[in-house]
Amino acid sequence: MEALAKLGRSTLDKFSALGRATFVLLGAVMSVPQLKNIPLTIKQIYVVGVQSLSIIIVSGLFIGMVMALQGYTILVDYGAEGSLGPMVALSLLRELGPVVTALLFAGRAGSALTAEIGLMKATEQLSSLEMMAVDPLRRIVAPRLWAGVISMPMLAIIFSAVGILGGHLVGVDWLGVDAGSYWSIMQSTVEWNEDVLNGFIKSIVFAFVVTWIAIFKGYDSIPTSEGISAATTQTVVYSSLAVLGLDFVLTAIMFGIE
Amino acid sequence: MNNLIEIDSLTFKRGERTIYDNISLQIKEGQTTAVMGPSGIGKTTLLKLIGGQLSPTSGDIKFRGESIPNMKRSRLFNVRRQMSMLFQSGALFTDMTVFDNIAFPIREHTNLSEEFIRTVVLMKLQAVGLRGAADLMPSELSGGMARRAALARSIALDPELIMYDEPFAGQDPISMGVLVKLIKQLNNALKLTSVVVTHDVKEVMSIADYVYILAEKKIIGSGTPEEIRQSDSALVQQFLKGQADGPVPFHYPAKEITAEFLGA
Ligand SMILES: Nc1ncnc2c1ncn2[C@@H]1O[C@H](COP(=O)(O)OP(=O)(O)OP(=O)(O)O)[C@@H](O)[C@H]1O
Ligand SMILES: [Mg+2]
Repeated sequence: MEALAKLGRSTLDKFSALGRATFVLLGAVMSVPQLKNIPLTIKQIYVVGVQSLSIIIVSGLFIGMVMALQGYTILVDYGAEGSLGPMVALSLLRELGPVVTALLFAGRAGSALTAEIGLMKATEQLSSLEMMAVDPLRRIVAPRLWAGVISMPMLAIIFSAVGILGGHLVGVDWLGVDAGSYWSIMQSTVEWNEDVLNGFIKSIVFAFVVTWIAIFKGYDSIPTSEGISAATTQTVVYSSLAVLGLDFVLTAIMFGIE
Repeated sequence: MNNLIEIDSLTFKRGERTIYDNISLQIKEGQTTAVMGPSGIGKTTLLKLIGGQLSPTSGDIKFRGESIPNMKRSRLFNVRRQMSMLFQSGALFTDMTVFDNIAFPIREHTNLSEEFIRTVVLMKLQAVGLRGAADLMPSELSGGMARRAALARSIALDPELIMYDEPFAGQDPISMGVLVKLIKQLNNALKLTSVVVTHDVKEVMSIADYVYILAEKKIIGSGTPEEIRQSDSALVQQFLKGQADGPVPFHYPAKEITAEFLGA
């Protein structure tokens, strides 16, 4: 009986959290766009996007290099090392670009967003905004949400591009795969709609989900040191799980059923 | 004189715990009303209730006759433009300079030129003695300075109602004197309505037109400072004289100390 009550309570809690999260999202998305918000959004794009560039570039480079290395050792046995280009490019564009970028983004920018908003709550900055008749959803949350949604897909593209160059570096410059075939087979295999666009759509979805979770966890955090640290952890855990789960669903929809 | 705020049989609970049990009070337009009471009694809570950040469990709070708890969000935000609150913690925005903090409400709610804003901000900073600190970040201020900067921000738009949560805490005698004078001046010159929450009995009694003393979920005394001083209520006298022993408990509700230590 007690277990049942507990289950009921935790289910209710989950639903009410979902309700609050939707409220935060709608409040941010629906808030009347103001000219004043554009500079704020640009500033946030700098903070969450531009400042994530280095980690994205370094990771993209290494992942591309590792993939070329692994791919080469497998492909060369079949004399198919010419297909290294498309292999690297397709894995990056379809999967690794959007997914790894989203995971890195959750760890680098998502956690920071949660901590920042949580601390604003703890130090009553959000309350004082409300008392100044400034809606924190519009002033604080909305610019961060848009910045995340705009930045992450771009980061994913940069990640894939750098990864392809990394693959070139290892595959062509180092292991001696023919440069012409690396590029030309890649070009003829990678399809704009099927691969590039689908990957891009994935990363828009991930961007939205990760930023939403990060912002909501901060906004909904218990305004104490423990509360904020728990919220930060939850942001990383929940958004990573959400990204991996959604990736499966999206992949099934986009590439699975033929 | 009209009541700007009317609180009518307000009950407020935090979970199971009752903070206010059916209290009523009025804040008259153009007056300075002081709210005093022991720490943890719910003074900050009262200000948040007036500001519409918390909703009463029962009872009503009216701003110019309009019920705050029943307002739509957009209406509430409109009403809040006429109020302002000095938070106990100051609550300055940590990512902006002192100058930008004070300019913030002006920039958000008006279309004044930057030049004009600069004049206003520096005047407000001058009033609290911090004109020289305009370019500092909040993290570079002392606690008392931060509170004065926050005070400057809360008067930036010359609101009709200002709620000060502990404006004097952490101030040295000189800045305390300046703040007391400032609050009085704002009230006299601009006909602002002020609510001052504080423990500093002496200071507030010198500027308040009307005083409420809270204890034990109730209003235990109210009246002009003179009436309060003359009050024959033991509770009120204990509070004014700052005695630990008396009808007002100093301790948060707990079991007997002997029971706690002897493990009975
Ligand atoms: N977020 C909260 N959740 C639960 N209880 C709270 C919360 N905030 C305050 N309380 C409780 O409400 C009571 C009133 O708090 P409040 O901050 O209004 O006191 P106060 O009179 O302003 O005290 P002080 O003079 O120390 O600032 C306190 O006893 C506190 O335990
Ligand atoms: Mg308080």
